Amino acid sequence: MDQMSLLVCGGTGCTSNGSLEIRTALEQELARRGLAQDVKVVTTGCNGMCGRGPILVAQPEGVFFHSVAPEDVPELVEAYVIGGKPPARLLYTEEQRGPVIPKMSEVPFYAKQQLIALSNRGIIDPENLEEYIGRDGYQALSRVLTTMTEEEVIDEVTRSGLRGRGGAGFPTGRKWAFARAAVGNPKYVICNADEGDPGAFMDRSIVESDPHAVIEGMAIGGYAIGASEAFVYIRGEYPLALARLNLAIEQARTYGLLGENILGTDFSFDIKVSVGAGAFVCGEETSLIASLEGRMPEPRVKPPFPAQSGYMGKPTNINNVETWANIRHIILRGAEWFSSIGSETSKGTKVFSLVGKVNNTGLVEVPMGITLREIVFDIGGGIPDGKKFKAVQSGGPSGGCLPESKLDTPVDYESLTKAGSIMGSGGLIVMDETTCMVEVARYFVAFTQEESCGKCTPCREGTKHMLDILTAITEGRGEEGDIEILKTMARNIKATSLCGLGQTAPNPVLTTIRYFRDEYEAHIREKRCPSGVCKPLISYTIDKEACTGCRACAISCPVTCITGERKLPHVIDQTQCIKCGMCFDVCNFNAVRVE
Amino acid sequence: MSDNFSFQLWRYEGEPGELIPLLQSAQNHFGYIPRRAIRYISGVTGIPESDIYGVITFYSQFRLRPTGKLHIRACDGTACHVSGSRLIIETIEDELGISVGDTTEDGLFTLHTVACIGCCSLAPVIMINDETHGNLNPASLRKLLRKIRRREERTEVTASSHGR
Repeated sequence: MDQMSLLVCGGTGCTSNGSLEIRTALEQELARRGLAQDVKVVTTGCNGMCGRGPILVAQPEGVFFHSVAPEDVPELVEAYVIGGKPPARLLYTEEQRGPVIPKMSEVPFYAKQQLIALSNRGIIDPENLEEYIGRDGYQALSRVLTTMTEEEVIDEVTRSGLRGRGGAGFPTGRKWAFARAAVGNPKYVICNADEGDPGAFMDRSIVESDPHAVIEGMAIGGYAIGASEAFVYIRGEYPLALARLNLAIEQARTYGLLGENILGTDFSFDIKVSVGAGAFVCGEETSLIASLEGRMPEPRVKPPFPAQSGYMGKPTNINNVETWANIRHIILRGAEWFSSIGSETSKGTKVFSLVGKVNNTGLVEVPMGITLREIVFDIGGGIPDGKKFKAVQSGGPSGGCLPESKLDTPVDYESLTKAGSIMGSGGLIVMDETTCMVEVARYFVAFTQEESCGKCTPCREGTKHMLDILTAITEGRGEEGDIEILKTMARNIKATSLCGLGQTAPNPVLTTIRYFRDEYEAHIREKRCPSGVCKPLISYTIDKEACTGCRACAISCPVTCITGERKLPHVIDQTQCIKCGMCFDVCNFNAVRVE
Repeated sequence: MSDNFSFQLWRYEGEPGELIPLLQSAQNHFGYIPRRAIRYISGVTGIPESDIYGVITFYSQFRLRPTGKLHIRACDGTACHVSGSRLIIETIEDELGISVGDTTEDGLFTLHTVACIGCCSLAPVIMINDETHGNLNPASLRKLLRKIRRREERTEVTASSHGR
């Protein structure tokens, strides 16, 4: 029989929920019972179901434990490791008191997923190169270097139909071909790991759980276009990803998988890591290159494209983390296999971070062409607390909010664009009836306004004016005609900005006007926020009939403006109330009303 | 200028791309980027101080003012935002008596907001130095901050009783 392994999730989500303490507790408990030699404890990368962390998976049986606390460890070892019976309360159930689902592969969150870019997640120790090699690691690079010409590699990637996972969806093979054909020496390869979209953490997770897959993809790309120097431009906010990436690069050098004469061939390739300093516009290729060169990261006119003139004016190929992580699988399993997955125009899978008002939050990898409804309701398990679905937001500040009526949209580049949003890099934020769509539009425009580099006037000034109007609407100062002004400005900003940031900045406003115009009108005409979010437009009151006088609200109120005798109805002093909503959240009798 | 910092600077090889790493190492060393570091970097690289100032203020990571011992970064990413991050930020401001960007008088806490920590499953989330705290509500957040303040006060008492 295979040796039992306990795989403790060491992704950012689970570690902040205390998974490393679980690991220590497991090791101590196993040692105490003399089992340290028989059971292996491994820290893996992110398992994806971060909302239920810390996650623990027992192999070879594939039993899935969630929300494990250090106190649970002795029982877990006693009942499961020794007794073979997993404690039911640590197993997954669809709803409270529902039947338990012990096997990870049968948990609905995982059952509809198809893993390519994340195929090693939760299985290998990302800090151990040998485990990566044990999962066919660096075989694709070896095959490419010893049996394929540069053109054959590009042809394979082109035929696979892989498109850029950073969001725009440009065919990767064609991009490589341009960089290969470009005149100039040296050539450079760049991995864009400056994941700037708020609400998205796909790239962070891939680097944390499988850093060598990114390195291998980059080396294959370097061979194909004829580059021997590369950069990873990674976000400064991701300390764990950065540490694992640096470690992986060191290991690859030690094993001769990076550096001079890789695997005894005459191909040399090395990677430098550059830590970003926090500017959203750096996600744009030409800005990222400017930032690498130490200049102000302002985008410039294309053409020339980076393939002709990129880093230091030399031919440069930039792909995103997820794109690089797909490469080795395409080489090993072939273009036909890859292009058999997905939809007509979008091949393969896409990784999404599914977050917001949804039961199962976390990271999912699904075949292209799956519908939004399947992701939100089958994988995500629907909306918590019996609330009603309102919208799903994709594409970050460049994307849009799609309503219930668009839930059957298949997830591919073209369909999402047609519906008014974009694929984007993979953030999917679910919103329920308590989310105000005007306020969401204001939030995104505040973000792009702050992050606009300032080069183009329509983006710099236009987003500022849109923000002023949106802020006024959410504060009850909206006027008739504001919606039309917003739409005109949005069209102009889109048409006259140089880079993707400005061209897409108005999208959240346009889609919310298109699908949730009634909410704008309620704010403007009736000075009312239907979702009860915009503070100047709402007030909290206590329903005398429903209030039991339990004092829960009075105790939680941070400004102590709720008064009343025990067991008698309470009252909120409207002049003192800061509208924080604490009383609404803590009331067990639905006695606090917001309107 | 301390030796350690100059030492790090000598890694500079004359490539303009090194400006951001230089500023990052200055900030790691001082906790912020003091005026004298800008002057020093300008002298070594030949990049005008005004250009360096432009780069510093463009990126959200760089700070021109010192931070407290504990640096709170409250996430205002989309997932955190729809899960009530505004209330979280207001609670921190109320609990510590400071606004975003400020440091408490005792120099213990500095509060900044950040566009996204990438920990969206645990929204709303804050980071205190390199530690992430998720699934917060105003009550649990106040408890956390008070616990940290008590812990810090205790360490201080222990340290001073040892005559340090």
